[in-house]
Parts: sequence; structure tokens; C-alpha cells
Amino acid sequence: MKKRVELFTVTRNRRINNEYIVLYAKPDGKLPDIAPGEFVEIKVENGPNTFLRRPISIHEVNKDSNEMLLLIQEVGEGTRLMVDLQPGDKLDLIYPLGNSFTVPKRGKMLLVGGGVGVAPLLILGRRLREEGAEVNFLLGARNREILMDLTDYKQYGPIGVTTEDGSAGVKGFVTDHPLLKERLKDMDRVYTCGPDAMMRAVATAAKGAGIACEVSLENMMACGFGACLCCVVETKSGNKNTCTEGPVFNIEDLKGW
Amino acid sequence: MTASGTFGFGEEYEDFIDISALGGIVVKGTTLHHREGNPYPRMAETASGMLNAVGLQNKGVDYFVENIYPRIKHYDTGIFVNVSGSTIEEYVQTAEKLNDLEKIPGIELNISCPNVKEGGMSFGVHCPSAIAVTSAVRDVYKGHLMVKLSPNVTDVTEMARGVEGAGADSISLINTLLGMAINAEKRRPLLSTITGGLSGPCIKPVALRMVWQVYNAVKIPIIGMGGIMNATDAIEFMLAGSTAIQVGTANFIDPTISVKIIEGIKEYMQRHNITDVNSLIGGMLID
Repeated sequence: MKKRVELFTVTRNRRINNEYIVLYAKPDGKLPDIAPGEFVEIKVENGPNTFLRRPISIHEVNKDSNEMLLLIQEVGEGTRLMVDLQPGDKLDLIYPLGNSFTVPKRGKMLLVGGGVGVAPLLILGRRLREEGAEVNFLLGARNREILMDLTDYKQYGPIGVTTEDGSAGVKGFVTDHPLLKERLKDMDRVYTCGPDAMMRAVATAAKGAGIACEVSLENMMACGFGACLCCVVETKSGNKNTCTEGPVFNIEDLKGW
Repeated sequence: MTASGTFGFGEEYEDFIDISALGGIVVKGTTLHHREGNPYPRMAETASGMLNAVGLQNKGVDYFVENIYPRIKHYDTGIFVNVSGSTIEEYVQTAEKLNDLEKIPGIELNISCPNVKEGGMSFGVHCPSAIAVTSAVRDVYKGHLMVKLSPNVTDVTEMARGVEGAGADSISLINTLLGMAINAEKRRPLLSTITGGLSGPCIKPVALRMVWQVYNAVKIPIIGMGGIMNATDAIEFMLAGSTAIQVGTANFIDPTISVKIIEGIKEYMQRHNITDVNSLIGGMLID
């Protein structure tokens, strides 16, 4: 898919909880096909501290309304400005960027997300179901207050939940959930996106069970389209760009995973 | 032109712009041998700029000649190769391998990369070394020899005069300024190499000053760069003495910026009734 710079218009700012919002935005023309795992680079206006664009995963696309959905967690000055965007505001995007998750036509899939890493798992869950695969979600959060709204996910499969303080679902990390501790061997493939430590723990569990695992990395990048070479990840065949050769990698290809 | 290390080999920008609309491109820093570059993290955002420590990751000059050059030689623009090395011999051998490429009118000798442990900037901050590497490459390289200077020196004019005397056809400046950033909460550096090269609009005043100083010190053309984000910035560099300009970090934020800058320069010329863009070179008015 040809990459482009395009001005979107925000159509809705849906507050999920104290930290998360979902931004709905549409381009003037028709949205191209978006594959699960692809991301956008958002230009954040104002302020010397938000000089570079911010890479954000595509949460979902709605073909009927021609909208793209972006899940945004307020973590710093850049995301704070994005969280404040209102319907009618403009959003300068470079997209679609990166590669995408494998979408097989059958099999039992486990989609493990932590924190804001749950974002691409919604579009992935939908695409897997459309193709005919079975979808199981395992979503982790620090506590109940910042757990993602599960409504949209529910339509594609059952959801296991963990919170670090036990205020919702199983207490602990995603790796403490029976889905990963006991039922992993029933799965054909694991997908994961979230904090580095969580993804490494999921990858270790998948490796132990001999199950294919794809991770979506969040390395810092300056451009998003392969020019700056800042976001490299060490693979068994040398450094690769997270932005163009990822963000999705099979853990078998990564060095040290 | 677009600046080395910010524009890949041009291909990365093909979706966004017509590469042939540009005056020239300087492709990613190339060395004699393959280099993996520095470990991650290689980038940190700073106020109005960024630090990088890529460390000249590239597949080596032979790979460029055999695999990349055939893919990009159709661009109707001046393709310059940025050449770096750890020893004079490496610079010379790399330049020799680029001699016979019909669509490469020149090379940009990078004696100012702050991100490699050996060589690189050490040639560019020591005048006798800068002269030695420039003249050694001049002896073997037949095309246009542009030498890229480091701002990390006490007197940039001394370096400029040195490389001019050693046979440089033009001078490009400035490369990145050596800088660093720390995460106070974690008490750790933000770059794997601790220090890295600072670029972006925060370095523009330093770059303009150095272009102006070099303009008053040498006769060969200057290619100015350092934080150019728009056409006004580009014109300022020309008024300070640049014959051409390079756009670097701005490409990351707007991959179409280089063509917008060309349009902006034309618009400025119309608004000021200027017919020859060369009349802007060193055209700053001083009372």
C-alpha cells in the first residue's frame, strides 16, 4: 500500500478512562485497506518538545463510516495534546506504515495485550474472525480503572483479564492467567503487543510450549518509513527497521528473545 | 538537496514525492565495509530537535554499487554518495569504487560523523587530518568532491581553508553538533552511546553563523544545512553564503518538505522580483 501524508478530520473523541481515549478520524477521500498491525505517524502541533511525529497503532477501521480509530494513552506532552483533540480538529497523518500480523484462515489464536498495547488486537481480532480463525483475548492492565473497554473485543471472542492489583479478572500479570499458564498448548499461534517485559514473558511461554508467536515492537523512531535507521532491532539476519520490516516480528527471527 | 542519513537512498521517499524534482540527494553514509551501526536506542527527542547515534549503519560500498545504484540511477537528479571511513585508505578505496558510476556526479566526504568510535569526526576536528584525507581522496577521485565539515571545532574557517587548499570542490556544513540527553528519573542516558549528534531547528543559529564565517573565508561554493524546516530557513542560508542547501531532519516530519521548500523559494523570488537565485548567495545586507 502506498504511503501518504494526509490531513484527517477528528469526528469523535471517546473517553475510555482516566488515561485512554479513542480518536475517530476520517480523511477527505476513501480510506485504503488497512492490515492489522499497521501504524500511523501523527504530527503533534505546538511546542518544541513535540518536535517529532508520534507512532500510534491503528486500533480499528470502520469502512462504512470511513473512520480510522486510534487508541491513545496519555503518557507525555505529545499524547496529552492528542487526548485534547475535539471533533473538527485536524490530524496530520503519515500512513499506512509497517508490516502486519499473519492472518491465517483457521486455528486457535491467543491475542495477548498489555496496557495501550491492546490497540492493534481489536482490528486483528476482527480480521482473524473474518478469515475463519478462533480468537481468544488475554488483556492485562495495572488496575480496573485503566482497563480497556472490552465491549468491542467481545464480539470476536472470549476475553481473559488480569490486573496487577486484582481489582478485575485474575490478579497479577498476563503470564499468571490460566490461558497462558495452562491452556497455551491448545493454541496454534500467539500474538502479543504491550510493554517489552510482558512481550518477552509471553514469547518465553510460547517458545516453551512450541507455539508460533508474533510480537509488535514499539521501538522509538524518528521517521516511521525507513529513512532514519533509529528504530533498529537485532535479528538473526542483522539489524532490521522496526518501522518498515516490523513492527510485527516472529520471535524466531529476533535475537535474544 | 536532501541531507545524508535523513533520506535513505531516495527510495524511502518515492511514495511521497518525485525524487527527480529535487536538485540533488545525498544518500546514506557509505563505508568500505558493511557496518551494523550502534546498538538501540539510537534516537532521543530534544527541545526543537533530536539526537541520533545511528553509527553509519550501511552495507558497504560494494553492495551500494552492485545493488542500490542500479535501482536509483534513473532519478533525474544529482545523486551524491556520502563517504566515510576509519582510515585514509578506507576513504580512498571507497571513493575509487564510486569513480566510474555515470549517474554519481560527486561524493560528499564525511569527516564529521560524531557517532563512530574510530575515524569519522576525528578527521574533521583536526586540521592536518582533514587536509590529509581530502587530498588523498582528491588524488584518486575524478568527480565533484564536497567535504562535509563538523561544527564541533574551535574555528571552522581553519578547517574550511584547509580542505579548500587540499582540493575540495565545495564544502557542506554543518554536520550534527555533539550532544547528549539524560533521563533524570532513571538516571540513565537516552542513547546507547551516551553522546550523539544533535540536529533540527535548535542548531540553525549555529549553522547559519558557521556558513557565514566560511563564506567569508573560502572561494569554493558552500552547501548550507542545519535545522532547515521551510523555505524561509533555506533562503536565510543562501543569504548567509550558501550556493545550495540541504534539508535533513525536516524530512522525517514532513517527507514532502523538500519539494515544498523548492516551491517556497520560487515564491520568495517572485515576491521580491528576483530572477536569478544566485543573487541571494551571500546577499545579507549589512549597514
